[in-house]
Amino acid sequence: MADRKEPRIGLPFERPIVELELKIGELQSLSESTGMNLNGELKPLKKKLERMTRDIYAKLEPYDVVQVARHPLRPQTSDYIAGMLDEYIELHGDRRFGDDRAITTGLARMRKHRFLLVGHRKGKETKENIACNWGCAHPEGYRKALLKMRLAERFKLPIVTFINTPGAYPGLGAEERGQAWAIAENIQVMSRLKTPVICVVIGEGGSGGALGIGVGDRVLMLQYAYYSVISPEGCAAILWKDGDKAPEAAGALRLTSADLKRLKIVDEVVPEPLGGAHRDSEAMIAMLQERLVALLDELGGISVETLVDQRYERLSQLGSA
Amino acid sequence: MGWAFRRKKNIPGGLWDKCPKCAAMLQKRQLEESGGVCPQCGHHGRIGAARRIGVMLDAGSFVEIATDLKTSDPLEFAGYSGTIERSKKRSNVDEAAIVGHGRIEEMPVAFGTLDFHFVGGSMGIVVGDRIRAAAEHAFENETPLVLVSTSGGARMHEGALSLMQMAKTSAAIARLGETGLPYISILADPCTGGVIASFAALGDVILAEPGALIGFAGPRVIRTTIGTQLPEGFQTSEFLLEHGFIDRIVPRPTLKAEVAAILRNLMAGRERAAG
Ligand SMILES: [Zn+2]
Repeated sequence: MADRKEPRIGLPFERPIVELELKIGELQSLSESTGMNLNGELKPLKKKLERMTRDIYAKLEPYDVVQVARHPLRPQTSDYIAGMLDEYIELHGDRRFGDDRAITTGLARMRKHRFLLVGHRKGKETKENIACNWGCAHPEGYRKALLKMRLAERFKLPIVTFINTPGAYPGLGAEERGQAWAIAENIQVMSRLKTPVICVVIGEGGSGGALGIGVGDRVLMLQYAYYSVISPEGCAAILWKDGDKAPEAAGALRLTSADLKRLKIVDEVVPEPLGGAHRDSEAMIAMLQERLVALLDELGGISVETLVDQRYERLSQLGSA
Repeated sequence: MGWAFRRKKNIPGGLWDKCPKCAAMLQKRQLEESGGVCPQCGHHGRIGAARRIGVMLDAGSFVEIATDLKTSDPLEFAGYSGTIERSKKRSNVDEAAIVGHGRIEEMPVAFGTLDFHFVGGSMGIVVGDRIRAAAEHAFENETPLVLVSTSGGARMHEGALSLMQMAKTSAAIARLGETGLPYISILADPCTGGVIASFAALGDVILAEPGALIGFAGPRVIRTTIGTQLPEGFQTSEFLLEHGFIDRIVPRPTLKAEVAAILRNLMAGRERAAG
């Protein structure tokens, strides 16, 4: 569990959990500072906390899941890089226009596996958020990813992508520099890459901006991530001219990991620690690492020709009954 | 979303249409002959699949394929089945993509067109499957592929399954490209979102009709994001030509002849190699 002394950022439906966590935290620091044994008080409270968290998380509505996926303390690409990799050599720039900080690309080593990592980056505090444009990439971000993925293909390195974006940036520069063309080319090239590709939706899977680094042999999704053709807010605004109806839209869009698994868009849902990844980043990172190691082992044993054929089949069947 | 050349209800017999740009009153017969282009100001009105096929292919040569694909409601999205039924009545097509094969100046081609009158030309599963079917038809019969795209983007009502059609169609285009067969993408007004961010942007040659709205994000979304008015002419065909994303702007009356000329060039090497 995270440091109890740190004030937590609570989501509305999490309030009872956060209040109890704070209370337990206070008792713990009291016990530490005075040497008093408060185990008698702490033990039932912790039990209660676990039960309450389990109950609340069992009943999350789709829009609650969207809030969890957007939680500022949720582990991001940078956390997975720091917690999971033994080596990361970041490679910058698209050699056309610039270096988009909203997507990081680099050579990664994790135990015995070496691969190219591509991930959306949102940033942790305001200055970094601004530099990363809150994870909303411009065309140069997608073109950087494309250039490095072609590098990986040439040198027979598998590719792992971490998806976490509200969407590709809708702005003047993005349009002038061909946002649609950049995303289309990535999707097309990824569908034929002669190297294994694993995609993981770790938080927000926002539409084309997510798919722009999201075509692969295996698509994983963390339990409380979401993946959608449009944001629930955008959908509500278009359908009902009312952004406040986002909770209804979130339900209608079937954007949770369980929905996407059922629709066969996602191959595997990675369970999150009790109360969401933001309650226990370390456990989340370890859990995902295990799955990635196993998948890299598995895909490494399949010929690239077979992989590309199977990828085509997989994409062809999406949505067909 | 204003349909171009909306019928004037108060004119007896419905023989007249009003140009949405210059407001000229035009005889329907006149518009029929011009392929929906205003003879007064050159405005390119939005035309449905049947007229588009008439503009692009040799008369009577089109054979539709993938007709057995029917719209489903995989998410049980509120109101969607009603939307589909209304669109069928309003548009004279059963989905937003009509695909098949035909001839352009005698050359056999796989051909597909989107129809903006059917749920804004939006791409759901059937559109994805039909575009894939057209690309695979070209692949199997070793013909070029010609697609006309006009769309508001992915179809919201089919959720992430719609998003996945971007990958499905792009993969089919990629596979066709590996054979050395050309794909000509033609962009008509409007072409935005998931369609331009997938197969429509992937033409070996990309043509656009004059004055079409083409872009990743809709103008309203961009305006809201940046909080100011958009520059004059932003996201038009002319803007995209200027920024290097399309090969040519071609008026509708010469579109077929230009596509034929381009295909003759692109297919020449292949035919030479085949002896
Ligand atoms: Zn006119």
